[in-house]
Amino acid sequence: MSETETYLEIRNAKKSFGALDVLHDISLSVKKGEIVALIGPSGSGKSTLLRAINDLEPLTSGEVWLEGVHVNKPLSANAYESHINKVRQDIGMVFQHFNLFPHLKVRENVTLAPRRLRGISSAEADTLAREELEKVGMLERIDYYPSQLSGGQKQRVAIARALAMKPKVMLFDEATSALDPELVEEVNLVMKKLAQEHMTMLVVTHEMGFAESVCDRVIFMDQGYVVEEGPPEQVFRNPTSDRTRTFLRKSSEH
Amino acid sequence: MRPDFSVLLNFWDTLALGAFWTIALTGVASVISVVFGILFAVVALYAPAPIRWPVRAFEWVFMGTPLLLQLFLIYFGLITIGIDLPAFVAGALGLGLYFAVYNSDIIQAGIRAVDPGQTEAARALGLSRWQTIRDVTVPQAVRSVVPPIGNNTIALLKDSALVSVIGVAELTLAAQQAIGRSFRPLEFYVAAAVIYYAINLALEAVLRRIERRISLAR
Repeated sequence: MSETETYLEIRNAKKSFGALDVLHDISLSVKKGEIVALIGPSGSGKSTLLRAINDLEPLTSGEVWLEGVHVNKPLSANAYESHINKVRQDIGMVFQHFNLFPHLKVRENVTLAPRRLRGISSAEADTLAREELEKVGMLERIDYYPSQLSGGQKQRVAIARALAMKPKVMLFDEATSALDPELVEEVNLVMKKLAQEHMTMLVVTHEMGFAESVCDRVIFMDQGYVVEEGPPEQVFRNPTSDRTRTFLRKSSEH
Repeated sequence: MRPDFSVLLNFWDTLALGAFWTIALTGVASVISVVFGILFAVVALYAPAPIRWPVRAFEWVFMGTPLLLQLFLIYFGLITIGIDLPAFVAGALGLGLYFAVYNSDIIQAGIRAVDPGQTEAARALGLSRWQTIRDVTVPQAVRSVVPPIGNNTIALLKDSALVSVIGVAELTLAAQQAIGRSFRPLEFYVAAAVIYYAINLALEAVLRRIERRISLAR
């Protein structure tokens, strides 16, 4: 593996649930600062692939590497627990349903992991919470509870929470799918800003507009296979596969 | 003999002391019942079998036998094996553990009801299994089960009367002592009942405050 070029790599990822194969031998590599969109119909395996990167969804076989570190390294249960907890600190994740901690204020949502895992002081935690919330435009809501926020605001806080661990890569699992249409743009803006700051990002999305305008590369998946992959202008303007064309036509009808 | 409640005045200090011990007993026992309730629930759901099964056996014993018997066992029985607990400690422990078993069931249900996405989000940040349980799952479960645990605490207050049998001079025993000296059972039992009810009202007010504070935080 050429360490200088490839930052995140998935090698021969396979995943089955019983007799059902949801990922068939998928390999892909992402460069540092690259923004990759994973698109495809529901059930195509794109979310499963994304969730395999931080091992929320363990692969049946295959390897995940991040900056020379074997993420899903075979280890004894105890050794693996401490290994994966360390690796996950470098992989930020944003969920479709935000998954903010409802019993904690916005500030505490952002600083829980840094406090527990990096042992930062209260003063440092305060500074960190302010910095990260400033980035997503949520500083004024620092002392609110998640229940007091709109969906778009919740997702921006969830992004700040992930950023507070200073991850090497950010994974977005349909971050705007659960939002009312008028709230999508505020989250997209935050993601665009991250892209401009050269955050390495993998984005599972149903929004072709976002994939086309923000991402460096688009990967189209269907039934557990990578069907097509390339720069957005190629995948969207000149798809080589019939399945891609059918999918793009259907999704533009909505 | 006609009822004469003026006799209460001669023994007000006995009753007051009894009320004090009832409140102290209920306070200590309810803390034990919640702390151990959380502990038992976490063990039942997450601990490996060699730890889980002894704890479960212990829970069955506490759930399947009368509280009165348990109090006798803890206070009189343990002396045989060299554990001589003061009556108050034995009473608070027996009462607390008995209700801890019931609270554990409620908290287990509360933990199971926490959205699995909460655990995913915590683990994705790099928090360990244990940190996730402590900082994310259990605090949410405990919040959602405050009303039923509050009901158990009210039951605990009433059952604290049983601790009189091992000689803790709580309200019921205090009333009996006053009766022994005054030969006025009606007056003192009624007085004790009124005091229990008053403590209960105060306890409910405290529980309502806790519920309100916690629901704000959601």
